[in-house]
Amino acid sequence: MSKKVVVIGGGIAGMESSAYLTAMGYDVTLLEKENKLGGHLLNWEKLFPTMRLGNEVVKFLNKGIDYEKVKVVLNADISEANKINEKFIIKLTDNKEFEADAVLVTTGYELFDARKKEEYGYGIYDNVITSAELEKLFSSEKELITPSGKTPKKIGIVHCVGSRDEKVGNTYCSKVCCVTAVKQSIEIKEKLPDAEVFCYYMDLRMFGMNFEALYKEAQEKYGVHFIRGRLSEACEDIDGNIIVKVEDTLVGKPLKMTVDLLVLMVGFVTSEGTKKIAEMLNLEFGVNRFLKTRDQHTLTNVSNVPGVFFAGTCTSPKTITNTITDARAAASTIASYLQGYDIEKRTK
Amino acid sequence: MIDFGYQINTDRQIDYDNNNKDIINYIIKFEPTFKICIACGTCTATCSAGNFTDFNIRKLITLIKRGEYDEVKKDIDKCMLCGKCYLACPRAVNTRNLILTIQKALEKYN
Amino acid sequence: MHYDNFVLPFSIGLFTLIVIVIYKFSLWIKNLPQTDKQLIKKGLFTFKTLEAIKEIILESLFHRRIFKRNPLLGYMHCTLALGWFLLILVGNLESRLHSGSEINLPFYPIFFKFFVHDRSNIPFSKFFTFAMDFILLFVLSGVLLAMTKRFYSKFFGMKKTTKMKLYDKLALTSLWFIFPFRLIAESSTSGIHHTGSFLTDGLGSLLGESLSSYLVYPAWWAYSLSLGLFFISVPFSRYMHIPTEILLISLRKYGIRQNNNYNSFSEIAVNSCPRCGMCIDICQLSSSANINNIQSVYIFRAIREGTLNEEILKNCLLCGRCQEFCPVGIEINNIRISKRKEFVIQNNKNSFSYLNPVNSQKADYIYFAGCMTHLTPKIKNAMISIFDKAKINYIFMDKDASICCGRPLKMAGLEEKANELVKKNKDIICNSGAKTLITSCPICYKIFKENYNLENIKVVHHTEFLLSLVKEDKIKLNHSGKKYVYHDPCELGRGSEIYEQPRELLKMLSDLVISNNEKQDSLCCGGCLGNLNIEEIERNLITNDVVDVLMVNNPEAIITACPLCKKTLNKSSKVEVLDIAEIVDKS
Repeated sequence: MSKKVVVIGGGIAGMESSAYLTAMGYDVTLLEKENKLGGHLLNWEKLFPTMRLGNEVVKFLNKGIDYEKVKVVLNADISEANKINEKFIIKLTDNKEFEADAVLVTTGYELFDARKKEEYGYGIYDNVITSAELEKLFSSEKELITPSGKTPKKIGIVHCVGSRDEKVGNTYCSKVCCVTAVKQSIEIKEKLPDAEVFCYYMDLRMFGMNFEALYKEAQEKYGVHFIRGRLSEACEDIDGNIIVKVEDTLVGKPLKMTVDLLVLMVGFVTSEGTKKIAEMLNLEFGVNRFLKTRDQHTLTNVSNVPGVFFAGTCTSPKTITNTITDARAAASTIASYLQGYDIEKRTK
Repeated sequence: MIDFGYQINTDRQIDYDNNNKDIINYIIKFEPTFKICIACGTCTATCSAGNFTDFNIRKLITLIKRGEYDEVKKDIDKCMLCGKCYLACPRAVNTRNLILTIQKALEKYN
Repeated sequence: MHYDNFVLPFSIGLFTLIVIVIYKFSLWIKNLPQTDKQLIKKGLFTFKTLEAIKEIILESLFHRRIFKRNPLLGYMHCTLALGWFLLILVGNLESRLHSGSEINLPFYPIFFKFFVHDRSNIPFSKFFTFAMDFILLFVLSGVLLAMTKRFYSKFFGMKKTTKMKLYDKLALTSLWFIFPFRLIAESSTSGIHHTGSFLTDGLGSLLGESLSSYLVYPAWWAYSLSLGLFFISVPFSRYMHIPTEILLISLRKYGIRQNNNYNSFSEIAVNSCPRCGMCIDICQLSSSANINNIQSVYIFRAIREGTLNEEILKNCLLCGRCQEFCPVGIEINNIRISKRKEFVIQNNKNSFSYLNPVNSQKADYIYFAGCMTHLTPKIKNAMISIFDKAKINYIFMDKDASICCGRPLKMAGLEEKANELVKKNKDIICNSGAKTLITSCPICYKIFKENYNLENIKVVHHTEFLLSLVKEDKIKLNHSGKKYVYHDPCELGRGSEIYEQPRELLKMLSDLVISNNEKQDSLCCGGCLGNLNIEEIERNLITNDVVDVLMVNNPEAIITACPLCKKTLNKSSKVEVLDIAEIVDKS
C-alpha cells in the first residue's frame, strides 16, 4: 500500500507537487475549491520577463496532472481537518473523507483589497483599476479602453499598493509587482503605441535574471516614464480623468498630472483559505501573517506540525518560477519524510 | 595683481566629513523614526503647506541626514503640523514630532 | 477646664495644619488672574456657593463619581471621608449638648470620652453613644479596605496603585493608625468606666478592667500622636488634596476654568489630585500598550516636584478618558496642553506669510472638509453628493488646498502659530457671508467652536448637520437593514459632547448595536494627533484592542464620524469602517 498525500490547493504549487509525488509512486489527492485547476496563473496573460503566454505554463502543469493521473477533486470545500495519531483526516462539506500520511498546504494568496487604500480612489472613481483587472483586459483581447469607455492617452501605474505600508498593516514587499508593472507598461505600449505610460515607484526591484534588461527595454524601446515618488492621493476631475499627486523626488518638487487610467499594483496578502486551514491544523503564522516555515533558509517546506508541509505563496510572495521550484522541493521533502528520513536531523 | 582669469570656486558638494553631526545625533536621540525614512516623497506630495509654498519635507529630512542645514533653517517653520504626512507615510515615521524635534535642535545648536 | 498633656500633639498638629493651609490658599488665590478673582467676587454671595457646598458633599464626602465607576473603591474613600466627618460632627454635637454654654477648646470633643464619663444629661445619650460606635466601625471597615488596596490592588479591580514618597508613607501610616488607636483608647476607657456602646464597650469588657487601666493613658497618647503626626504631614503629602479639592470645586462653581496658560488655578488643580489611581486604570496606553509612566497622576506629581520632562508630557493621546472620570474634575487635557506650551519654542516669525487666501465666493453655507478628510475621499464625496441632493448652496472652503484649522498646532503647545492660522481661516469664513460652518472633522470642529469666536455663524459637525437636514425633510433616509456599531470619536464625544445626534441618525438607517464602551466611556482609536511620540507598534496595540471591543456584538460594519478614526480603525478591522456621511449618502 503506497502512502497517501493530500494536497490542499490546486494552483501552480499544488499541481506541480502532485505531479511529482504521483510520479514518485505516492497516492496523491489534490483538493481544489474552484471548479478548475490553475489558481491565479489562469489570470495572467503574459509572464515576465520573457513575455511568454501564461497558458503555456498552465498546459505544462496540466500535462503533469494528466500524464501521472493525479486524483483531482474540484469544488472541494473542506469542513474539517484533523491529525489523529500519525494520520490526517480531511473531511469535505459533501461528506467525502480523505485519509493521508502527509498533508501539503498550497493554499496560495489573495490580492490586496485596494479599497482599503481609500486615498487612491479604487471603488470610488471609475478609472482606477488594479493590475489584475488590467491583465484581464489584456486576456480578453478586446480593445484596451478605460472603464468610462475611451481609449487612454495617458496611463499611470502606481507601485507598492498594499505593500511596504505601515498604514494598511502590510510592511513586507510583495516581490513581483515591480517587474509586473514594467511588463504591463510594455504591454500597454504594444497595444497603444501612442499612449504614454508613467510608473510611480519608491524603488524598482529588478532582482531576477533579465528583469533589469526588461526595465531597460521599457525605457529604450517603449519610452515608458519612471517617476520616483510615491502617490499620496488621487482625485477625479469633471471628465472622470484621474488627477495624480506625487512628489518627483529626484527633482525635488511636487508634481501634478492627469491620467486617463490609473492602475494600482496590488500586493500579496494571506488568503482566507490559508487562514481556515491553519486554524484547523494548528499551523503557526509568522510575522507578516504568512505561514511560518520551520527555518527561513534550510526548511522552507516544513511546518510546525509534523506531517504538514508547505509549498508556494502561502508562506511568502513568490514568482511563478520560484513556486514551481518550491513545489518540487516540497515533493522531495515529503517523499523523504514518508520514507522515514528524519528531515530535521540536521537541526539538532 | 594680474588677473589670470581664475575664480575661487566655493565647494558646492556636500562636505560630509566636515558637516556638523550634533544636530543629527540630537534628532536621532529624541525621534528615532528619523532613521527609517526612505525618502519616498509621499509626505511632500500630500503636504498642506506644499500647496501654497516651496516646502518639501522629504528634502529637508534628507538634507539634515547629510548635515546640510541652511535650507532647513529657512523653511522648517512653514509646517502647519496638520498631520497629513504622518497619515500617508508608509514607514510610519513620526513626522510631526520629527519636525518639532528639528526645530528644537536647530535652536539649540544654532 | 479639661486638660491633659496628651492633647498637645493633636493641638499643635491641628494648629500647624490650619496655618499652613490658610497660607497656601491665600497665596494661590492672590496669584489668580484678575478675571478669575472677579468671578470669585461675583459668585461668593450667590447660590453658587450653595452649589459648591452640595458638590463638595457629594464628591469629597460621598465620592459619588468614584462610586459610580468602582463601588468598592467608592465605599472605601467614603468611609474615611464621610465617616471621619460624621465622627467630628456628631462628636461636637454630643459634647456641645453636654457642656452647654461652656467654651471648649478644639481638642475637647475629640477626646470627649477621656474627660467625661457620665453623659447622661444629654437627650438621647444612649443613641449618641451607639451612633459614635457605629460610625467608628464604619470608618474602621474603610481603613481595613485601604490596607487591602495598598497590598492587593487587584481585589479592587484596579491594576495599578500609585507609587508613594516618604512623606506620603508617613502620612498614610499615621492615618491608618488613628482609628485603631481611637478604638483602643475608647475601649479601654469603656473597660473602666463603661462609656461605650456595642463596639467600644464590647472590646472594653473583653480587655477587662485591669488591662484597660494599663492601656488607657498610653492609648490616648497614641491617638493624639497619630492625629498630630497626620495633621503635620498633610500639607507636605498627597493628603493636601483634601482641603485643596474643596477650594477647586468652589472655584469651578464660580466659573473659573483652565485657560491656555499654566497659572495659579492650574496649581490648585494639580494639588487637588487625590492620587486615586483612576486615571491609570482607565488609560489605554497603560492597558493596551503597557506604557505606565505618563498618566496624569504622574504628570501632576512631576509638576509638583519640578521634574517634568518633555517626553512624558508629549506621550498622551489627549483622548479625555482620564478627564472624564477624574473624581475631582481636574481639566487634565488643558493643563497638559498649557504645560506643553512651556516646552516648545514659541516663535512668532510670521511663518505663515505664504498663506494669502482670497475667497470671493459667497453663500449661506460654508464647508470645511479638514486636512484628514482629503485622505479619505469617500467622506468628502459623500458630503458633496448630499449637498447636491439637498440642493444646498455652499462654498467648499478647502476644495483644492486646505489651511489647517490650527488645532494640531495647539495640541502640541504651539499656541501662537495656531493663532496665525486661526486668523487666516477666520478671514475666509467671515468674508464668505456664510451663516453656517459645517465640518467633517471633529478636531477642526472643536477649535472652530471653542477658539474661533465666530459670532453670528453657527458651527456644526456634519453629523449634526445631516440630522437637521433629515428633520427638515431635505433628504430622505432608507433603512438599510444592516447591523452597525458606532464608534465615538474622542474629539466629538468627550471633546464636544456630541453623542446623540450620530446615534439618532444611525437608528433611522440601521440596527444599531452597542459595544462594551459607549459614549463617555468610549475608547480612543489610537490615531489621535494629540500624542506626539508614541511608537507605531504601540498605537497598533491600542487600535487592535479597540476593534475587539467594537466587534463584541458582531456588527456588519463600524461607523464613525471622524476621518482619522476611520483610517486608523481600518488598519485592524476585519469589517468595513465607514463614515456616517457615506451611509447617509448611500440610503
